[in-house]
Amino acid sequence: MDAILLQIMNGLDKGGAYALIALGLTLVFGTLGVVNFAHGALFMLGAFVAVTLNKLLSLSVRVKDESVTMFDAYKETPYLELWFGDVGSQVINWSVPLSILIAIPLMLLIGVVMERGLIRHFYRRSHAEQILVTFGLAIVLQEILKLMFGANPIPQSTPDVISGSADLSMIFGIGETISYPWWRLIYLLFSLIVIGLVFSFLHFTTYGMVVRAGMADRETVELLGINIEKRFTIVFGIAAIVAGLAGVMYTPILPPDYHMGMEFLVISFVVVVVGGMGSLPGAVAAGFLLGLLHSFASMTAVKDIFPGIDQIIIYLVAVVILLTRPRGLLGRRGVMES
Amino acid sequence: MINANLASPRQDLIYMLVFSAVILTMPLWLQPFGAAYPGLLQKFMIFGILAIGYNLLFGLTGYLSFGHAAFLGIGSYAAVWSFKLLSMNVIPAIIFGTVMSGLFAVVVGYVCLRRAGIYFAILTLAFAQMAYNLAYSVLTPITNGETGLQLSQQDPRILDRMFGIEATSSLPFPNLFGITSAGFYGFYICAAVMIIVFFIALRIFRSSFGLKLRAIKSNQTRMSYTGYNTRPFLMTTFVISGMYAGLAGSLMAVTDPLAGAERMQWTASGEVVLMTILGGAGTLIGPLLGAGIIKYFENIFSAFNENMLMDAFSFLPDWMAEGVAAFLGLFVGDGWHLTLGLVFMLIVIFLPGGMMEGLQRIWKLIRHGRHKRDHQSKSQQASAEEA
Amino acid sequence: MSKVVLDVSDVDKKFGGLRALSDINLQIEEGTVNAIIGPNGAGKSTLLNVIVGRLPPSRGHVKFNGQELTGKRPYEINQMGVARVFQTPEIFPDLTLLQNAMVPALAKRDGQFNMSILKSLYHEAELREDAEQMLKDLGLIEHKDQLAKSMSRGDKRRLELAMCLVQHPKLVLLDEPTAGMSRHDTNRTIDLLKSIKEQGMTKVIIEHDMHVVFSLADRISVLAQGAIIAQGTPEEVRNDPKVKEAYLGGEQL
Repeated sequence: MDAILLQIMNGLDKGGAYALIALGLTLVFGTLGVVNFAHGALFMLGAFVAVTLNKLLSLSVRVKDESVTMFDAYKETPYLELWFGDVGSQVINWSVPLSILIAIPLMLLIGVVMERGLIRHFYRRSHAEQILVTFGLAIVLQEILKLMFGANPIPQSTPDVISGSADLSMIFGIGETISYPWWRLIYLLFSLIVIGLVFSFLHFTTYGMVVRAGMADRETVELLGINIEKRFTIVFGIAAIVAGLAGVMYTPILPPDYHMGMEFLVISFVVVVVGGMGSLPGAVAAGFLLGLLHSFASMTAVKDIFPGIDQIIIYLVAVVILLTRPRGLLGRRGVMES
Repeated sequence: MINANLASPRQDLIYMLVFSAVILTMPLWLQPFGAAYPGLLQKFMIFGILAIGYNLLFGLTGYLSFGHAAFLGIGSYAAVWSFKLLSMNVIPAIIFGTVMSGLFAVVVGYVCLRRAGIYFAILTLAFAQMAYNLAYSVLTPITNGETGLQLSQQDPRILDRMFGIEATSSLPFPNLFGITSAGFYGFYICAAVMIIVFFIALRIFRSSFGLKLRAIKSNQTRMSYTGYNTRPFLMTTFVISGMYAGLAGSLMAVTDPLAGAERMQWTASGEVVLMTILGGAGTLIGPLLGAGIIKYFENIFSAFNENMLMDAFSFLPDWMAEGVAAFLGLFVGDGWHLTLGLVFMLIVIFLPGGMMEGLQRIWKLIRHGRHKRDHQSKSQQASAEEA
Repeated sequence: MSKVVLDVSDVDKKFGGLRALSDINLQIEEGTVNAIIGPNGAGKSTLLNVIVGRLPPSRGHVKFNGQELTGKRPYEINQMGVARVFQTPEIFPDLTLLQNAMVPALAKRDGQFNMSILKSLYHEAELREDAEQMLKDLGLIEHKDQLAKSMSRGDKRRLELAMCLVQHPKLVLLDEPTAGMSRHDTNRTIDLLKSIKEQGMTKVIIEHDMHVVFSLADRISVLAQGAIIAQGTPEEVRNDPKVKEAYLGGEQL
């Protein structure tokens, strides 16, 4: 029982990441009609915003180590600690959550530049060309990060206060202890909030409603004299922010490296296809569903029956869904079918 | 290229002869480019075959596959198993590798070709990822996991035993009836295969079959209302294309008898797409050109380092040379992939037809320029006469 | 009475609750030119889609030369000798005009699938001449090596017509063959359609342009709100009071 609960929780936080990336991906599909293979790179850029901020905050200087009295010893101390003492070290400790504040404007900027500079010129070109040019962009971005940060994963830590594990037995009222890292719980909560924000933006603001109308029927919206292209830029920016935030918050769970964008991209595409291209609720549902499935497939009991199932489950589901329900779980007719 | 279909058999024969001559003399004419050593020449052939096969699918039917690396990998594994179980002779290995990836292509094609466009791309990607992940995990008895599949002294090699070929004390190397497939011999084996498969590709391009494939790319709905069942056309092409990839994979094993799963990674699939686009999808010779150029520059660029750049720019003042070298240093050595990505983007943005389109444009420009000059000189003459 | 080629009997088509076609009975005789007319939304295109197997009828049958068409795939229907011209030209934009005409000719000769890579197109002289002749008939021959996408809309429509006719089909279904054409081109197309009338090809035309309908058709069926309200020779239909009321709005023809 508790093993299953733990798997569910494990699946949910991974599902949260899938859902966030897939949400932006499908938002861009649905509105701009662009297949963005560089979306995983946005996730990766977000993660490296956190890495960069942490590096900047912990810029250090060599000072004499006072605790060693026998001889002259030196240690690296961050400037922040020197200047602000405990407050400074707390700031460094909280660098990952703090990165969110930086990531929002930065990812928006990156998204807008990307849309204006490149994606815009591909609206009317074939999907194959869109895939190819964004694939090229993804390679360029990941190689730049590799040059800047090296090839090795760079672990990030959670703030000390929430570095431990929660005991889920309290929450679910089960006798045995189920320990589960706080941060993963926070990630799940965070992804739900971000998803909620995106949906409320699309449903409760006029701006969002126009965007949704554009998703359903672009021509009519344009006939109404609304400059939909300007809104597309913002939509792309929002998708970039969502992917970036997903990346920032994922750093303590998975140490970021330059490969992570591509890895998550492939899975998120599968998520989008399973959910149904152009369907936002579909992307979210499929994200969590595939996260859960993957988590269950990783259980030893399951792996004993179907060896290797954890390696292929997500792709297998995608193949089955695409063949039985070509439009995905919640897909609409006529999206991306030409 | 529009009238390429109507090239006469005589023209095609000349084309093939010139092509074969160019391929077989590569060790000579690539000398001044510093590319005439066997390892690189073999790569030109192997990736050329892969790209030609990929182009049959993508260039003719427009179906964008992101899973061709899987066929490449299967070809390699099958070939190494043929070395281990049957014989060190390259012929069974090549046949076995090609047939195995062909069979895999039948399965993958049967499933993936139910969908088109982006769905097809993702389905093929899903299959390739499955193959890659399985090669690393459950299929370790077949693939030997991360270490990669290698030959060993204890391999049975049934056919070799039957024909009384003695096991040597050192590890055996693949051979063609006793001629080793290492070095230049390896290149010539690959070159022979290349000429054969290029000829097949030429036949497909020239035939009504090829025309129908291009029609499918152009408008599949119309094809169906014109009386064609498009599925078997696509299926045949997909399998042929997969077999080309398997053949390339088995040649990799022929020239270097080990197989690893990294060859199945989807970035490897991406590389094939890159070669085809760079050279010119849908043209006969373009993909081969693309493969050659990428492999050539990969070889040069990744060998470069900053010191070499400093030497190259030593004619500049020191501070300037340092700056230039540091900047260019980003794009060579480890930065080679960055260059590749940038070039690829530029090609897709400005020259979607690839280098073949570029060459055609230049050719037109030259002809146009000459035409104009003739015209000008004539009118100058005329005005001179008037005066 | 000559042989019935296309037999549409008791066809109903419902979309959800909406009845798009009800009780359609239509017998098309060999060698005749039949027009289906009717106001917008009368169900003309739906009827055509049911005939070519794109939409399954909710009830009833469509038979071609005694063979059931319902449930057959578009390529099977084409191989039986039914060709279709679309409302918006469906051509191969990236092929030359000659290639556009050769592909259907190959379909007629090779069937729905074959894989001969041994014979070069260079040796398909006979087939090429057929295609060139058809382009000549339609006045497109001087453009034969141009890409189809570079042609004007009117030329594209004529090209599509050529693609159908090169197959020498028994039955041609034309969905507004002159829509978007200039008067000059329209007249040219009418002449062309008239000229192939002599070859004994059966034609079904859906058309808005009354000029076209009355200069071509032997028989006219009038659709209104999914039902056939009148059928007969142009003369009969012209004088039918029901038609005048429902479709022509009392306007004099």
